[in-house]
Amino acid sequence: MNILETYARVAGEEVLDQLRQLAKPLQGMNVVHVNSTAVGGGVAEILTKLVPLMRELDINASWEVITGDEEFFQCTKSMHNALQGNQVPISGSLLRHYEEVNADNADKLRSTLEAADFVFIHDPQPAPLLNYCPNRKGKWVWRCHIDASHPYRPVWKFLQPFVNNYDASIFSLAAFARALPHPEYLIPPSIDPLSDKNIDLELNEIDAVCDRFSLDRQRPLIVQISRFDRFKDPVGVIRAYRLATKFVPSLQLVLAGGSATDDPEGKIVIEEVKAAAADDPDIHVLLLPPDDHRTINALQRAADIVLQKSTKEGFGLTVTEGMWKGKPVIGGDTGGIRLQVINYHTGFLVNTPEGAALRIRYLLQEPDKIEEMGKKAKEFVRENFLMTRHLREYLTLMVALLHSAVDRIELG
Amino acid sequence: MSDETETILNPSSPEGVAPFALKDCALIAIATGQQALTLKELRDNLVTINPNSIYHHFWGGLLEPRFEEREYNNDFASWARRGLHDDKLAERLAMVDPSFYSDLEDLRQELLDIIEERLDESEYLPWMLATEPFEFIRAQIVVFDTDMRVERPEQLGELMPHLSTSSIFYHFIDARRRLSDSSDDFRFWLASFNGLYQELSTQLASIDPYFETLTELRQQLTVIFQNCCLGVNR
Repeated sequence: MNILETYARVAGEEVLDQLRQLAKPLQGMNVVHVNSTAVGGGVAEILTKLVPLMRELDINASWEVITGDEEFFQCTKSMHNALQGNQVPISGSLLRHYEEVNADNADKLRSTLEAADFVFIHDPQPAPLLNYCPNRKGKWVWRCHIDASHPYRPVWKFLQPFVNNYDASIFSLAAFARALPHPEYLIPPSIDPLSDKNIDLELNEIDAVCDRFSLDRQRPLIVQISRFDRFKDPVGVIRAYRLATKFVPSLQLVLAGGSATDDPEGKIVIEEVKAAAADDPDIHVLLLPPDDHRTINALQRAADIVLQKSTKEGFGLTVTEGMWKGKPVIGGDTGGIRLQVINYHTGFLVNTPEGAALRIRYLLQEPDKIEEMGKKAKEFVRENFLMTRHLREYLTLMVALLHSAVDRIELG
Repeated sequence: MSDETETILNPSSPEGVAPFALKDCALIAIATGQQALTLKELRDNLVTINPNSIYHHFWGGLLEPRFEEREYNNDFASWARRGLHDDKLAERLAMVDPSFYSDLEDLRQELLDIIEERLDESEYLPWMLATEPFEFIRAQIVVFDTDMRVERPEQLGELMPHLSTSSIFYHFIDARRRLSDSSDDFRFWLASFNGLYQELSTQLASIDPYFETLTELRQQLTVIFQNCCLGVNR
């Protein structure tokens, strides 16, 4: 059984027929995805599955990862923060280095990229590559996974000329889109229900993970899984936990995340989080390897409630993952979390640690609600945020780009 | 026995009725970059917005992530309620039936009339800031042939539960924009059978597709097709 057939068991046979039909005009075409990390973070996770799925549809899809030194990733991390609205000035020398690293990568990738029918450049890190591929023949698409709705202007002003020349861009939500001189497609990301991070687990595996981290299965547990990043507000989660423990003293908190190779700021944030956790034995700060997906899966499944108290968020795949495990999610009222967390249905949107604490208290008092909301959350993800839907939209976009600006495209 | 043989053996099968070509579609949303934070801005944008965007905000939502039942049948009414918190406007916009208008320009004019009337009624609405912006979105639709052909409505009834929701969207929703009488592809095809499937056609016409999810719509269509075809005297 190939990967597509395996997906049919979760998403339905008709979904696969649709994918095959849509892929017909794209068969044999060369499609290259480029990003800046092979492991860690939502983009790498999506590409890990999206690329093989495209190949099963007879599209020659490949995935290239640009390389860079610490200075480069410091620059791109600052860019990431600046696009999300933080006032992060970046020095001229760092920006020049960013361009140089891209030029070096272009030298290595040029022949592949120029020959491709479609090139998808993910996020700002490799954005200048297009400028170094003057003989490109295909369509180039910039995929922005970040909420760039209110960027720090000097950084956007620097980046925009690189992005302007693309044939199209993709944003996760309309609210994230910037004014650009080409079509701006809207594609929310997705999760892979068959990956180690999302696949069903046996109870004994969940129990074993809890034992490993000294989590008491008889006591309530709240979990936030995400990179150690200030926008994810891990310190705010600790505050919410402390406020909630006044009413639920037996509460346990897990803050777990991996570190991506393109995120040098993570170490500083982890120290801040450890300081905030102090010596509370019921706060578990776990730094997991980026490929420890089954542990993350088990922690989400062990939780009574999943938190994602971000103050800024692109889409929030950890929210989708939590919902897929049938958990209500208490999420920050921002970005793509709003698309997923529906108050009183799939969880609660909150704006402060106090708001999060209130909802934790409410849900832990109402176990039936936890179950009811968890069921709704899982079905919502099944219908809207699985990998098959994501793949369909990429295929639709590629077909649409082959037909330029026409509103209605009839195939066959 | 193949479907083709079945049709040939059926003595009452009307001659010359072309088989129903099952198609499917995929929509891809595009941000227009236009947004409104006040009712006046919504009005100003509506004057010039691509008609495709108006279509999308009435019907495209059926293929987008959304939760449970639609309180209002179009995004303009939803925004009036959730963004502007103006129930009067939301109720009026919600009663706009897009299939009543011969083209999208007429529909645009109706929306403008309702909004302008409300702007005239209220002193504060022209400048009041919404709590969330209205983002104008349009969509490209890619239509593809499934290569499946159906000879008789009975077969369509059997196939219905297995059709993708986007196929239902194409034949039952999108058709209202394509066909001159604003009906749907199923009724258009059934008309070729010289009144044999009149009851089925009448029941299909009675479906109000605004408030159902496409999955629910598919279920409703399945039941109607299967029940009505049972009573057809071939």
